[in-house]
Amino acid sequence: MNMKQEDIIKPENCVYRKPSLLTDENMHYCPGCSHGVVHKLIAEIIEEMGMEDKTVGVSPVGCAVFAYNYIDIDWIQAAHGRAPSVATALKRLNPENLIFTYQGDGDLAAIGTCETIHAANRGENIAIIFINNAIYGMTGGQMAPTTLLGMKTSTTPYGRRADLNGHPLVMAPLMAQLDGTCYVTRQSVHTPAAVRKAKAAIRKAFENSMAGKGTSMVEIVSTCNSGWKLTPAQSNEWLVENMFKKYPLGDLKNE
Amino acid sequence: MESDIRLMKGNEALAHAMIRYGADGYFGYPITPQSEVLETLEAEMPWESTGMVVLQAESEVAAVNMVYAGAGAGKAVCTSSSSPGMSLMQEGISFIAAAELPALLINCMRGGPGLGTIQPSQADYFQATKGGGHGDYRLITLAPSSVQEMCDFVALGWDLAFKYRTPAMILADGTVGQMMEKVILPEPRRRRTEEELREQCPWAVTGKKNRKRNIITSLELNAPAMEVINNNLQAKYKRIEENEVRCEALNTEDCEYLIVAFGSMARICEKAMELARKQGLNVGLLRPITLWPFPAKAIEQAARKAKGILVVELSAGQMIEDVKLAVNCQVDTRHYGRMGGMIPTPDEILGVLKEMFVK
Amino acid sequence: MKEEIIIAGFGGQGVLSMGKILAYSGLMEDKEVTWLPSYGPEQRGGTANVTVIISDERISSPILDTYDVAVVLNQQSLDKFESKVKPGGTLIYDSYGINRVPARTDIVVHRVDAMDATFEMQNAKAFNMLVLGALIKAKPMVAVESVIKGLKRTLPERHHNMLPMNEEALRKGMELIQL
Repeated sequence: MNMKQEDIIKPENCVYRKPSLLTDENMHYCPGCSHGVVHKLIAEIIEEMGMEDKTVGVSPVGCAVFAYNYIDIDWIQAAHGRAPSVATALKRLNPENLIFTYQGDGDLAAIGTCETIHAANRGENIAIIFINNAIYGMTGGQMAPTTLLGMKTSTTPYGRRADLNGHPLVMAPLMAQLDGTCYVTRQSVHTPAAVRKAKAAIRKAFENSMAGKGTSMVEIVSTCNSGWKLTPAQSNEWLVENMFKKYPLGDLKNE
Repeated sequence: MESDIRLMKGNEALAHAMIRYGADGYFGYPITPQSEVLETLEAEMPWESTGMVVLQAESEVAAVNMVYAGAGAGKAVCTSSSSPGMSLMQEGISFIAAAELPALLINCMRGGPGLGTIQPSQADYFQATKGGGHGDYRLITLAPSSVQEMCDFVALGWDLAFKYRTPAMILADGTVGQMMEKVILPEPRRRRTEEELREQCPWAVTGKKNRKRNIITSLELNAPAMEVINNNLQAKYKRIEENEVRCEALNTEDCEYLIVAFGSMARICEKAMELARKQGLNVGLLRPITLWPFPAKAIEQAARKAKGILVVELSAGQMIEDVKLAVNCQVDTRHYGRMGGMIPTPDEILGVLKEMFVK
Repeated sequence: MKEEIIIAGFGGQGVLSMGKILAYSGLMEDKEVTWLPSYGPEQRGGTANVTVIISDERISSPILDTYDVAVVLNQQSLDKFESKVKPGGTLIYDSYGINRVPARTDIVVHRVDAMDATFEMQNAKAFNMLVLGALIKAKPMVAVESVIKGLKRTLPERHHNMLPMNEEALRKGMELIQL
């Protein structure tokens, strides 16, 4: 099909556009990082659900602390690990709002494990987006609770050892066995097909929240090519070969 | 519910006052000697009557961050705890102050350090008045000395918190919390409607309906911008210092000896003063009601003709530093304190006063 | 009018609730009242005490060195508080389990056999109301009617069926004391 340039830019021929809720701010994320893709999905879903005037996002401490710069909704930035507590109060005080947290592995699975488990156990009607890239990105590549055994980080320079550093913490099964969760799933955004599935999962989590079904957690098994010291393409391969073995994709709970 | 007279514990009065203020939420975690606050709220079930949310959190850390969120949504929210629990909350309090959010915090102090004791103490004075968490911030700190003030300071604390968009703390102690007295509960106010809240708190995160989005954060990595934020905070604190000092002065006109004490300790000192005056000693009492902003001018005035100032605290001596600053060390200022949950009696204080100054 | 009272005994004897009813009685007469318990593990047994102040005027210290009235319900409390009764003040003690009786002569001492009375009544729960009856007979600081009103305010409604029993104990307590 040969289209002229002036026809291509006509609105009726638009096949793809930036979600209207993504701001024009330049993202600070490294090229190849999964955060940008997940942000875009969240912006699309809120827009598609028509919830832009009723959503409050809770940003964490970690790379995604600045999530509030990129999605054009109300945001509150939480202390490290406390996003589920913040979300709990927001949702209880304003039940008509769509409340989600956006947390990394350090925030959710190290310093905030207690808040995460208890909010989920209470069945708070919130959605938790959990970015698991097995490393601390913002502070410069230190070990995360989810860092794989043998994986080199700046605080495990010779590779993570179970005897020295403990085992990788696998959060999703923990969350799935709680009576308060209704939906726990692992997704990724390393291929277009995976992105489509991840979007459906996040949308489901948001809908559960508004339907009052309990806590949903969508774990996105992600890459951190800067922290992993790999190219974005190599990171995707490493993700499939290593991360998916410890953190296999799919629903753990869907009620 | 109407304005009525009851006999209740200070902690119970706090809970009833919250409901009657039209509070939106309370988030707490049990700890002696303040657990009656959460217990009373759960028993009263305000979610059925006013729609107030009450939640027992999994920790003080969670509770204070729930308060941060509620305050961020423009709601009238509160947490209460006792000393060790308050220590856990300090990070969250720093966030609340930094994000300029109105919240009510209550510390029913017990003896420390460490796990310490469940008996009364006033040793969290520094923590409350000097900014217990990180960074340059202040808490409006109200020190109730009666059950009636426990009740009244709930409304006062929230009103000031909303007026200045800053956290206010009721710094009580185990005695005021556990003591029962006559209390006149205020007329119940209804909770604000969503429209009223949006009008009062246009900065709140409630969903960006009919306005640009709001962001609540205390993060600013650009140093010059962060300095501006700090300067603005300090300017606000200066306004509070100029306008919100509160204290009670008894017999301070031309008094020869001045006692300075706050909270339950001021009540005991009031009796010591009565005993002293019966013995012909010209003793006055100044009771700071706001510990921050501190009534420095009032103390300086009350001490003008004084031969000595006795500062009595349930601590090793914390407020005395502010008293010395108030009189610029021009008056002989001494401290008497008991610690670990011990409480001095009126006779004991009078004896100390006489020994130190009268001889 | 101002009465500074200490009530002390074993946890479980109803010391704190007796103080509470007394404070409520004062409230019913529009007086200022303060009730300060020893709180903590004592509540679970051991000794408990409560300071009650009833006054026409503003009350300063809730913590006192000496008392107008001491009501002591076990030996430890008697030993602890006998010396703290103001000269001319009143000490009321229950004789059950007491092997060292009060020795002071500058105060008014009343022995009340309330524990024995509960055995007669076959109702251990009546104990603190018997003592309270004796107290307001010895020191009529509040009217009986105010105590009954105070009792009604103190008891949760589900226990209001126990009001007649308590009132009976209160009146019986007033007879236990010889002035």
